[in-house]
Amino acid sequence: MRRLLVLGAGTAGTMVVNKLRPLLARDAWDITIVDQSEEHHYQPGYLFVPFGTYRPDEIVKPRRRLIADGVRQVTGVIDEVVPAAHVVRLADGTELPYDQLVIATGTHPAPEETPGLDDPAAKERGVHTFYTLEDAVALRDALAGFDGGRLVVNLVDLPIKCPVAPLEFAFLAEAWLREHGLRERTEVTYVTPLDGAFTKPLASRELGGMFAARGIDLEPDFMLERVDLDAQALVSYDEREVPFDLLVTVPLNMGAAYVGRSGLGDELRHVKVDPHTFLADGHDDIFALGDAANLPTSKAGSVAHFAVDVFVDNLLAHIAGRPMSASFDGHANCFIESGDNKALLLDFNYDTEPLLGYFPLPGVGPLTLLAESEANHLGKLAFRWIYWHVLLPGRPLPLATAMSMLGKTRPVVAEDDDREKPRPGELQEVSM
Amino acid sequence: MPVATIDGREIHLDDEGFLTDPSEWDEALATRLATNIGIELTDRHLEVIRWARADADEQGETPTLRRLQNVGGFPTKELFQLFPKKPAKKLSYVAGLQKPVGCV
Repeated sequence: MRRLLVLGAGTAGTMVVNKLRPLLARDAWDITIVDQSEEHHYQPGYLFVPFGTYRPDEIVKPRRRLIADGVRQVTGVIDEVVPAAHVVRLADGTELPYDQLVIATGTHPAPEETPGLDDPAAKERGVHTFYTLEDAVALRDALAGFDGGRLVVNLVDLPIKCPVAPLEFAFLAEAWLREHGLRERTEVTYVTPLDGAFTKPLASRELGGMFAARGIDLEPDFMLERVDLDAQALVSYDEREVPFDLLVTVPLNMGAAYVGRSGLGDELRHVKVDPHTFLADGHDDIFALGDAANLPTSKAGSVAHFAVDVFVDNLLAHIAGRPMSASFDGHANCFIESGDNKALLLDFNYDTEPLLGYFPLPGVGPLTLLAESEANHLGKLAFRWIYWHVLLPGRPLPLATAMSMLGKTRPVVAEDDDREKPRPGELQEVSM
Repeated sequence: MPVATIDGREIHLDDEGFLTDPSEWDEALATRLATNIGIELTDRHLEVIRWARADADEQGETPTLRRLQNVGGFPTKELFQLFPKKPAKKLSYVAGLQKPVGCV
């Protein structure tokens, strides 16, 4: 009997075991999945909890019912992977041997990495986040008591899971303030280490324009050193200060502690992998999927979904001794809630930045890319049902695994661009 | 893609002025690039630049500020003093490395 061991029963881990169980003969392959929690959270729902759109019980299900029959489930805290012995050790001393290992334990907020954020008094001083369910509930209560002032939305550093979530929070909060008659009395500021609203040029320009239209101030190039709780201010490494009455921050995200202890991670404990096959550097029997891997694309459920499709084909080839011929393109597909029951859609991969245009979706119709629409908002809300009933069970979705250029518009480069061409023989001035 | 000729050598740059081929870099060029963005190079600058280039060569990507601090031992605070306001961008420009990719 050979053993496939999957660490983490989140989006990626659950999909992997559910897709592979019917494809691997039960008398030849044992499949075991390990998680420290008995619950599965629909993490995209955290964003909506502070505004009362979702109740906590609407985004949590018992883990056991979501995993296919014939998959052994183990509850426990992972202590270490020992690659030389092909074994995973749990904190209670249990040893789980493997022939193939999949690491899918995600990435998690690490407030302890920023002075002030993990202080027990932080919440009393208006410091909040929504990256765990418990924190999202605490923020809901803080918003209920908010009476105007300075609302600051911040992300500490990249990469974070769901990199568009802080933008969405700013848009939703701005709309929520208007609905509650608090907008006139509230300054909203978005504080980011990036040089604009987002990383990629076109998306950054479009989203930056949406900030301006909503009167949200942008504070770019802000590397947070610490949060001064007494002064209620963010302090950057170059000693700029941004005061707040209510701070909603996304702490640094890091992979699981055992990844670091096992020597498999980068400095943020994300597993170093081949970006096309997910095989961990230097190993032939360890893969990492979803947010746990250091892929140069978004850490998002959609990426995990497209990646699992590629991985399943590759694992079957790999265990049969054939080369892994499927190659992941970094495809990501993200809705961005923009308030007032509208949303945008981004679709991109390793090589193509988010572009404008439309996204064809069979049975639903085209969705607008990088532009607001109500259809996109309905798509985002419908996704919760799709997640539980189609995605996690491993049923097919009408979405191509590889990104398609259909409907996308590349920006036109004017032929008669009259910007000064670089003169040969001189180093051009650089603005930064 | 622009080409600049510096001290009789052709240097290939991207649209933002970053070197596209790290092998065209040397320390004399670093001094020129630094002057171009208003930085006078010191031995400490060069120490950071040498570490960043060696790390990028090994890892295949430009180190982030967090990596420079946690792995390289260069405190972020100091990097902001050496390369004011935008240390990650300015360091990679002077070091002839790709601009660090902000992962989406």
